Amino acid sequence: MSGIASQLINLFAAMLLLLAFAMISQRRVLSLIYLFTLQGATLAAATAVVGYATHQPHLYISASITLVLKVFLIPWLLHRVIDRLNVRWDVETLINIPTTMLIGILLVILAFYLALPVSQLSSSIARGTLGIALACMLLSFMMMITRSKAVPQVIGFLSMENGLFFAATAATYGMPMVVELGIALDVLVGILILGVFMFQIREQFDSLDIRHLEKLKED
Amino acid sequence: MDILFFVFGIPLLGSVILAFTGHKNFAPEINVAFSLGTFIAACALTVQVISMGPVFAWNRAFFIDPLNVFIVTLTAFVGLTTALFSRPYMRVERDHGKMTPRRLRLYHSMYQSFSFTMLLALTTNNMGILWVAMEAATLTTVLLVSVYRTAASLEAAWKYFILCGVGIAQALFGTVLLYMAAEKVVGPEGGALIWTNLDAVKAQLDPTIITLAFAFLFIGYGTKVGLVPLHNWLPDAHAEGPTPVSAILSGLLLNVALYAILRCKVLTDGALANALTGNLMMGFGLLSVVVAAFFLSRQKDVKRMFAYSSIEHMGLITFAFGMGGPIATFAGLLHMTVHSLVKSAIFFVVGHAAQKAGTQIMEEIRGLVKVNPMVGWGLMLGSLAILGMPPFGVFASEFLILTTAMREHPWATPLLLLALGVAFASVLSRVLPMVFGETSVKPLFHPPAVIPVFIHLGLALLLGLYIPTYLETWYRQAARMIGG
Repeated sequence: MSGIASQLINLFAAMLLLLAFAMISQRRVLSLIYLFTLQGATLAAATAVVGYATHQPHLYISASITLVLKVFLIPWLLHRVIDRLNVRWDVETLINIPTTMLIGILLVILAFYLALPVSQLSSSIARGTLGIALACMLLSFMMMITRSKAVPQVIGFLSMENGLFFAATAATYGMPMVVELGIALDVLVGILILGVFMFQIREQFDSLDIRHLEKLKED
Repeated sequence: MDILFFVFGIPLLGSVILAFTGHKNFAPEINVAFSLGTFIAACALTVQVISMGPVFAWNRAFFIDPLNVFIVTLTAFVGLTTALFSRPYMRVERDHGKMTPRRLRLYHSMYQSFSFTMLLALTTNNMGILWVAMEAATLTTVLLVSVYRTAASLEAAWKYFILCGVGIAQALFGTVLLYMAAEKVVGPEGGALIWTNLDAVKAQLDPTIITLAFAFLFIGYGTKVGLVPLHNWLPDAHAEGPTPVSAILSGLLLNVALYAILRCKVLTDGALANALTGNLMMGFGLLSVVVAAFFLSRQKDVKRMFAYSSIEHMGLITFAFGMGGPIATFAGLLHMTVHSLVKSAIFFVVGHAAQKAGTQIMEEIRGLVKVNPMVGWGLMLGSLAILGMPPFGVFASEFLILTTAMREHPWATPLLLLALGVAFASVLSRVLPMVFGETSVKPLFHPPAVIPVFIHLGLALLLGLYIPTYLETWYRQAARMIGG
């Protein structure tokens, strides 16, 4: 039984990593949101499987929070934002996706290198996946740096949060409930504020291009 | 533990009430009243901790010891004086049309929420809740920074959100690793993130995991302290938000973030038995002092200049805690106190001066002494105090830090002296014409609140001349907790 479970967890972990790479290579805002939704669903499923395999009922709650927040609520909010701002079909002029992918591979290697000594010490059934969680985090981090539009930056931020949640599940079967609720609340409030900001940025600059936000510089 | 309940309850209630009444004419007074209530509760808590020693509350969810009760009092005090300062400031902004009723409601409500998150971060015993509170503090301050809705303030707020969001995500990963290490020792039945439990077993925590955890926690909370090279958000957020917000950012938020690092440092030191944390803190501290001093010399905007000065001083405090030992830690705590007091006093005067001149560019602010002597002298004395002139408290703490550095890490001393010298020359050469030059600007309709400025400077002066015995014992106890 636990053999199948751990295979499933590894499968989901691999999917998360794949989705992180897919997000890096995606130019279209709408597709990015679909990928993010898929990532959230994978994360929820992985959390539920870990919960089932290890008999940790609180992981079911954690999985349902992820499901509600990352699969339904936040994607819905993002869809609304891009509809209202009319950036659905925006294509970003990203220079050189192959280069970012190559850097991404290096980041994955770094993540595995960092996580190896730690995951050896973990007793968790999903310990092998800690490296993947860290890799997802670093990849989303890179996405935030390389993107010049507001919506992809926010999606990068949220997908980094996904990586973190997966790390918590993989390493420790999830954080204490009160902490997890607090984090979920912070993420939700954060995304609401960012959503409001996007409208204001649009109003001020007539564009959601973050490159407009480079007036404050040292001279 | 009823007192602790009031310490949180008052600002929380305040934020709810001000969310509805924040635009009324009497709202600034309500804001002051709630801050005063918080301060009184904090004082009562302090008295209790001094007389009874460290206390737990609510089944170990909260823990008050000499270290955090000292920052709680400081936070509540600066929160109160900033509320006093914000009273005339926000009236002027309203008359200038920069603050609409909606923005005033948001501002006042977020001001109290910010107090609440700071106090929660300080008193919680749970490393996870500490993270949640720090993130919540980021969210409230992002709203405060962007309150004017101008292009520049939106840019500053966006940058602040994204940078600190990334930073604080690293801290969460560090917290996960910490939990992982602790769970092996304490067991999974809750309690593995409770700081006092961790402190009790810190020697048994796994060194490999803890090293990695501290690295992530340090980067994460270090971003919020404004340590170089993660400081980019800080000058923008200080310069573009309303001035009361700059004062509480510099005076409170940076301290609380540093407090989070100190809590992690205590655990890591216990687990590792080497000088990793000290070396990291010394390195980044020193880098921040030097880089900030040179950036400071190139600024034209007065609030940006003092924001860089905050980075410099936070670097110095981090350096002091990194050196460790009773004297340096004592000096770090003292410097934390006087820096909060003096820097927020400076922002009070600077805010009023910029409001009057209608600009934050230093070359266009002149002759403060002519129009309003109290403001002019406030800026002059504040600048002298922050630059470390005797007899102000900053001199005492900088002297202690420098002499300890000379004895234990002589290589660092020339760098520190150079940075302090550069900062001295550049700040003074810009402040003097601002204070004394000629001007034709008229006084504002609402007179500025100068009392908070002089209370702060007076306290900084007092701490330079004489530290009361109880305060000294308190500092020493706190320094012992950090491992001095």
